[in-house]
Amino acid sequence: MINYITLTYQVSGDDFTRAGEASSDVKSKLKQMGVSPEMVRKVAISMYEGEINMVIHAHGGIIKVTISPHEILMVLEDQGPGIPDVEKAMQAGYSTAPENIRSLGFGAGMGLPNMKKYTDEMDIKTKIGVGTTVTMKVKL
Amino acid sequence: MIWGEMLLDREVHTACGSDMMSDVLAFVKDQSVLLTGLCNMQAIRTAEMMDIICIVFVRGKVPDEAMIQLAREREIVLLSSGHRMFSACGLLYEKGLRGGAPYR
Repeated sequence: MINYITLTYQVSGDDFTRAGEASSDVKSKLKQMGVSPEMVRKVAISMYEGEINMVIHAHGGIIKVTISPHEILMVLEDQGPGIPDVEKAMQAGYSTAPENIRSLGFGAGMGLPNMKKYTDEMDIKTKIGVGTTVTMKVKL
Repeated sequence: MIWGEMLLDREVHTACGSDMMSDVLAFVKDQSVLLTGLCNMQAIRTAEMMDIICIVFVRGKVPDEAMIQLAREREIVLLSSGHRMFSACGLLYEKGLRGGAPYR
């Protein structure tokens, strides 16, 4: 049986090879708790995209994941540059990632669309020069 | 074959070929194989998140020890092929492997 659990992760902004460790940890914990593979995958993919974004665009940040019997809530908070045009950023294929990020396999402009696709609710609060908070919910 | 001899009896149902991981993450299918020219930790991480069971590195790319270690922990079979992406995908397609539904 799932209880209310909150997990907090500090995502480092300077080590791209380690990006995804937090999502990986959440994935294995959910699996252990007996959450269905489909739901685990939804959470893992959306959190992983968010985690990658944090590393690429915002020098890291903090991710809080709350697991409750009916939903999984992910809050990704960074103190990065903010998103100037959220609507544009949500368009599939639109990316502001630099060329070196593309050579690392990201920056195809699918991150935010994927996060929206795999979650039941998604909200972005962003302020230029202050940071961005992305809240995502996956219903179980 | 880089790692995973003992898992060769597993069956793959679909495949996906891309060097861009977000394109891979947009596609969900069970028991898939990923063909990619991206040879870094994030290729393994992406496979992990997607429950992909096998990665084929194309264009002769060979993963490093840290990548192999992560794949071993997550039980992801690793192969390396000298073929380019198009040919590697074509060989598997010819053998009956398909790509799954179009992106919506």
